[in-house]
Amino acid sequence: MSDRIADVYGEPTPHARGTVWPARVDLHLQPGVAEPDVERWVQSACLLCSNGCGCDIAVKDGRMVGVRGRAGDVVNHGRLGPKGLYGSTAWASSEDRLTRPLVREHGRLVETDWETALGQVVARSKQLLAEKGPLSHGFYTSGQLFLEEYYTLAVIGKAGIGTPHMDGNTRLCTATSAAAFKESFGADGQPGSYTDIEHCDAVFLFGHNMAETQTVLWARILDRTRGDDPPRVVCVDPRRTAVADEAERTGGVHLAPRVGTNLALMNGLTRELFEHRWVDEKWVDAHTLGMDELRGIVESYTPDHVADICGVDADDVRRAARIFGESSSVLSTVLQGFYQSHQATAASVAVHNLHLLRGMIGRPGAGVLQMNGQPTAQNNRECGADGDLPGFRNWDNAEHVQQLAEAWNVEAMTIPHWAPPTHAMQIFRYAETGSISLLWISATNPAVSMPESSRIRKILSGDQCFTVVQDLFLTETAELADVVLPAAGWGEKTGTFTNVNRTVHLSEKAVDAPGEARSDLDIFLAYADAMQFTDQDGAPLVKWRSPQEAFDAWRAVTAGRPVDYTGLSYDQLRGASGIPWPVNAEHPDGSDRLYADAVFPTDTDYCETYGHDLLTGAAVTETEHRAMAAGGRAFLKGAPYRPAHEEPSSDYPLLYSTGRTVYQFHTRTKTGRSRSLNAAAPDAWVELSVADADRLGITEGDWVRVESPRGTIEVRARVGRVMEGAVFAPFHYGHWEPTGDTLDTGRRLANELTMTVWDPVSKQPYFKTAACRVVKTRDGDGPAPAPTSTASAPARAHLPRTAGGAATRSEVLTETPAYPLDPSQVTPVAAVTPGDA
Amino acid sequence: MPHLTTYIGLADHSEKTLADSFQAVARGHDGEADVYHTCQMLAEWSNQHRRDLAPIIERYGEDDSVEEPERLHASGLVEVRSGPVGLLRDLQDLHVLASLVQTTWTVIAQGAQGLRDRELLEVATSSNAETSRQLTWLNTRMKEAAPQALIVTP
Repeated sequence: MSDRIADVYGEPTPHARGTVWPARVDLHLQPGVAEPDVERWVQSACLLCSNGCGCDIAVKDGRMVGVRGRAGDVVNHGRLGPKGLYGSTAWASSEDRLTRPLVREHGRLVETDWETALGQVVARSKQLLAEKGPLSHGFYTSGQLFLEEYYTLAVIGKAGIGTPHMDGNTRLCTATSAAAFKESFGADGQPGSYTDIEHCDAVFLFGHNMAETQTVLWARILDRTRGDDPPRVVCVDPRRTAVADEAERTGGVHLAPRVGTNLALMNGLTRELFEHRWVDEKWVDAHTLGMDELRGIVESYTPDHVADICGVDADDVRRAARIFGESSSVLSTVLQGFYQSHQATAASVAVHNLHLLRGMIGRPGAGVLQMNGQPTAQNNRECGADGDLPGFRNWDNAEHVQQLAEAWNVEAMTIPHWAPPTHAMQIFRYAETGSISLLWISATNPAVSMPESSRIRKILSGDQCFTVVQDLFLTETAELADVVLPAAGWGEKTGTFTNVNRTVHLSEKAVDAPGEARSDLDIFLAYADAMQFTDQDGAPLVKWRSPQEAFDAWRAVTAGRPVDYTGLSYDQLRGASGIPWPVNAEHPDGSDRLYADAVFPTDTDYCETYGHDLLTGAAVTETEHRAMAAGGRAFLKGAPYRPAHEEPSSDYPLLYSTGRTVYQFHTRTKTGRSRSLNAAAPDAWVELSVADADRLGITEGDWVRVESPRGTIEVRARVGRVMEGAVFAPFHYGHWEPTGDTLDTGRRLANELTMTVWDPVSKQPYFKTAACRVVKTRDGDGPAPAPTSTASAPARAHLPRTAGGAATRSEVLTETPAYPLDPSQVTPVAAVTPGDA
Repeated sequence: MPHLTTYIGLADHSEKTLADSFQAVARGHDGEADVYHTCQMLAEWSNQHRRDLAPIIERYGEDDSVEEPERLHASGLVEVRSGPVGLLRDLQDLHVLASLVQTTWTVIAQGAQGLRDRELLEVATSSNAETSRQLTWLNTRMKEAAPQALIVTP
């Protein structure tokens, strides 16, 4: 029996390079339920981080009572992390689930029936379409819904209403991943695979505290670093994380660049590759464009210059570059430290540049994983619920628009494609000014998760915009809505979703939703019915009723596109493992990695975008793109470093950065309702460096006020392991409390302080570059409520290690299952020399 | 080459007008976060072009002897308009100003070619390339803003 709060990664299974990752099956059942009591196990995959672990849901007496990892799944080989184990099912039977629709009457939300609630939405929607047209409608969705729901919503928005104002909270977490892929390779799509971990001899984690955000994936890396012939780890992170510790332990490097200076560091690493001739020029000539321009851009970023800008040691820059330059197979991963920070897209593209310059892409061990923040973010991007056109189609390509018009049997003019889709921050700006008058929010909590919270609250609570919120609970956002629709959650509905790794899983319905809650798909279908959206022949626009029919419609529109689902079916997904796309006639069993042939989707007629100016976000035109004649070659694109939008000043001398803890997910809607998880991280805190705490007279657990030009929080201080000059705050905590109490938002909501500013290309808001000051308000009466077992560990106080999770069971299998497509099992890994290609 | 000197003066002057106008639009539309930040950056680009040009102005000398044709002067944006349609119009004005800057650099580059003045050619060419990026951004942003401003704004 193991306590997975204390032991986040579980029992190690170290193994040698090139061998298959052993299987270990993790299981947790709610207290009082024993394994023989479980009546049914229902196939699914975990939703509590972006890793996408295959799991089965335990059902007893019509309730979800636990989860078990699927041993045969390629993603997790049976494992589950603490969030998945403890957080997957507890929320579902929580007493405060929304079970009936709510409408606002005389300023208060009151219960009503579906007919009334949906009737109000439809009436407002019809009125606005008549008076102001489609651009009065905005949709803000999630990284938590299923593929079928995103696709249905995309069709309703693009072909029913005809609005370009649709985005997901994926804009806050994963937009830069998609944007970086598009700029470098011509289209979205993860090049690498988790199986690269078994074959690499170096792992670079760029702004990615994987030890906390994807614990099962980190366990997979630990099983390599603790086994024979381990890879070296290089960590780029301003905090001293467990990843940083592992970098030091493996003989790698921990680079802690000053917050907001990632691109300067990346330019320095790139320059080192050129300087030391670690560039595979033959491969680069054959498969890329733009090397000379890139060389010019990075020319001035000597290690000493980089050291000045970033506050890192020049020799550490040299050492890190040498590891990249001299390893035979490098795996890079990237996450919020890059995506939510200054010059996000340019810095993430720079990771691709390093791989392209070394010809390290498309073979086992040499890959890139631009991570996602959420479990179904990938589907949001694929289906176009983030505003893009479904199937990685290019809104600027008339032929691509025509393909969709034919698939949906509508006029091409109906589909908004005159400009890029409206990103979330702009949608909220339009809602602020009232030109969007109906905003429909599903499965996300912007009142807590968006930057500059006081502004977001004002937008949501104002009269200028009618707000519909569809969720499991009365979140901080739902409280401000005009209509609240109760939704069914994971395990209460059927659908598919796709992880970072392109692996598609089917998640089957295990139990009924409580009360009158309906699946998001059913809600969207009911709206489409009531609005009577039709195609050119007067038939209903949305021609499906069930998730499976929606999936089949989706498969059809992916034909001929990079994100090819045509060969996938629900039946196939009921097998032992999830299956990575593309799945088609050529790859009937799916594809472990992309670009093995070094042919990239950059052809002008095929690509998802013509690209952008990385500094301004200005769009490249079709004519300009065609003139470059990329024809399947990848782009090497660069940009100079520029200082962040808000630099520390005498008034606000510290840098403010927000982030995560391993024990909570997002705004705690699910994890906060798990006793084991919530007890491990029950309340907000800020982390200060020892030097800053000493200077400010702050000791562990003191109450401090943190202020930026936009807002204030008052929380307890952890004297921790952030770099000097920086302050770290977890963003999970709004005013909702599992006890039923509500707290003053200004007391602990980290986004009170963040800025309204976003990346010019990916439009991802920057949560990690604001200036702040910290003042002690009073003595604490104990340590800060921050976990002590992770990156939030104290720097010097000796505090008991976070523990106290309910019992879980874990079993390492003596015989490892066969994993389809796993290069350790399928074929011996050929010794591919880049340059032979 | 008094007329080249005039054009160099015009480049300097019109870049200043453009930089100041970008700043004015940034300040005047600070509720549009991307406009606020991007216009400030693009103003800096124009100011940098002037700094790059400064040693050349010194070399050629200030020439006030030739009357600058009045129509070459474009007045900048001192006050911005308000609201979404106002933003659209202000971006259009910036586009006009940036176009004047660009054609000025084109003309100067031709003169520099004739004179084999490598230093001037380099400044004119690199500034011109960045002016193109300013114009492209303006065009992109106008395209994004136009439908909402024209159709939905009350």
